Amino acid sequence: MKNNNWKGWLYLIPAILFLGIFMVYPLIDVFVYSFEEGYNSASQTFFGVGLYNYRYVLRDPYFLQALKNTFILVIITVPISTGLALLISVGLSSIKPLKELFQTIYFLPYVTNTLAVGLVFMILFNKTAYTDGMINLVIKWFGGQAVDFIHGPYWAKMFVLCFYTIWVVLPFKILILTSALASVNPQFYSAARVDGTSKGRIFWKITVPMISPMLFYLIITGFIGAFKVYSDAVAIFGTDLNQAGMNTIVGFIYDMLYGDSGGYPSYASAAAIILFAVVLTITCINLLVSKKHVYYE
Amino acid sequence: MEVFLQDLTKKFPSRNRRVREDKIAVNHFTLKIPNGKLIGLLGPSGCGKSTALNMICGLEKPTEGRIFFNGEDITDLPPEHRGVGMVFQNYALYPHLTVEENIRFPLENLKGKDRLSKQEMHERVMAAAKLVQIEELMERKPSQMSGGQQQRVAIARALVKTPNVLLLDEPLSNLDARLRLQTREEIRRIQRETQVTTIFVTHDQEEAMSISDMIVVMKDGVLHQTGRPQEVYDDPVNLFVAQFLGTPPINTFSGSVRNGHLWIGEDDVMIISGVPDQEVHVGIRPEGFILQEDGPLCCDLIRVEVMGRDTSVVSNHPAAVSLTIRSIISSETQVDTTNPKVRFALKPAKTLLFSKETEERIRFEVK
Repeated sequence: MKNNNWKGWLYLIPAILFLGIFMVYPLIDVFVYSFEEGYNSASQTFFGVGLYNYRYVLRDPYFLQALKNTFILVIITVPISTGLALLISVGLSSIKPLKELFQTIYFLPYVTNTLAVGLVFMILFNKTAYTDGMINLVIKWFGGQAVDFIHGPYWAKMFVLCFYTIWVVLPFKILILTSALASVNPQFYSAARVDGTSKGRIFWKITVPMISPMLFYLIITGFIGAFKVYSDAVAIFGTDLNQAGMNTIVGFIYDMLYGDSGGYPSYASAAAIILFAVVLTITCINLLVSKKHVYYE
Repeated sequence: MEVFLQDLTKKFPSRNRRVREDKIAVNHFTLKIPNGKLIGLLGPSGCGKSTALNMICGLEKPTEGRIFFNGEDITDLPPEHRGVGMVFQNYALYPHLTVEENIRFPLENLKGKDRLSKQEMHERVMAAAKLVQIEELMERKPSQMSGGQQQRVAIARALVKTPNVLLLDEPLSNLDARLRLQTREEIRRIQRETQVTTIFVTHDQEEAMSISDMIVVMKDGVLHQTGRPQEVYDDPVNLFVAQFLGTPPINTFSGSVRNGHLWIGEDDVMIISGVPDQEVHVGIRPEGFILQEDGPLCCDLIRVEVMGRDTSVVSNHPAAVSLTIRSIISSETQVDTTNPKVRFALKPAKTLLFSKETEERIRFEVK
């Protein structure tokens, strides 16, 4: 057994090399940059080592705005999109006619291009000198006041961003949940019916626990995905997100590297490490909570 | 609870779009089930027995016909108002709940005046667990138990609401042979103790015969015969019932009745009366053969299987419909294995005649 050990390592070499060079090394490098003050990637020089980058980033109002935006986005979109996906999947599983058609319709957003659809959203919500836009027409038709969703108040912009993010992530979640629901043995429902179990109780006591591993998977990946949102915001509000006040953490990192105010890899690294710490913390909390509530067969 | 099924019919729309005809799963099924008995609903796979059970349970709505419990029409009642308990083929225990939670589940559904306190629920759960002897497994999850234990939990869950009718869908089919014997005794004992009217579905005739007070034989959605297991075995109404019951199965021959003589092939085996001349199917139970040197039925000996208590003689006959003829004789009789021919006399009570056209039973008298 021991003699054969080198063989095992030999087989692992391609994967280890690949992951080492393109994943582990960059990760460590980002970690190192985040402690090097004023690192310059062209000259490969820096002034000193310390926590200065973190201090700077955490005091940068643009970063704080981005942090706030990201948190609001995460807190709103993850529960709503998961809940909505569950509701739609349960609905889809309980109808018979046109089931395939509806499944296709709900899956369509997944195969469309994020940026193109973002543009469509912008046009729907936009209010210009010439037109109020589709959504505002509807609001006015119901007797409301037209709102500029793209350049207007913060809550309106946040609403559009959340709405769009939910719309984008929904298809995948529905896909996963409908297949999870389909894998539940129908005999459980028959047994519950014989015992006169109410619909709500069947849902909470049987359906949800049975698909809980998939739900949990969606919640974790949902959190991680929402923390990394960037392109959605760009699609709606354009590249200058700081000016629109709608930047996200990943957007801030990008700006620090390549934006108009860019050229600061140290700050970008520090922000990336902060994001990593946040995501790690949230995921750990998720895992702890799941231990109690997720049932694995 | 006396259960009465009146003219019950269930049609399923055809899944194949080109076939317009509905599939008839249960066809004008009328049956009276006396109170407190254990009934075995028996038939080959796909004969509609599970559909019949589901209609009694309320999971399926009959296309025609009514169902009465103690004379009360419950056809339109949902399952929970019928007072039935059901045990499913794969038990359908909720895998994420412990045994105790599984058994308690039906009680927690009770609302209004039927609602039980925590203490009452616990007592009921423990009583049901005690009945099926699983008190020490209450904290386990279904996946941590054997098939037999899961089966008991499923029965406890069905009984915890003290139903009037207990329904079991193929309760033993997922168990191995040894456990099956044990569990069927267990079902019998539980039924005796609770005195609950129990209907169980099975395709295994031995299972049904061994524990039922009454068996109901079905084929293609049609009820063929009901009665006490021994009665049905001894006195089947048609060829199907005769062939379906009994292991080893009945031996069938094509024969004919001519001038009061029953002929199997070239052998004049019996003198009978009361049957007009015709072509017939002759069914002879394995225990209906008597080894006799000058017996009228002459067969080609294939082999002799000695099984301790009795001996099984495997032979062949030109007029046999079944591939081989298996006759069971006492092991005290010696079979001359050097002789390629073996001759039998037949016991009239174990010899059954069926019409060639309708396959219905033809009764006869022996002179």
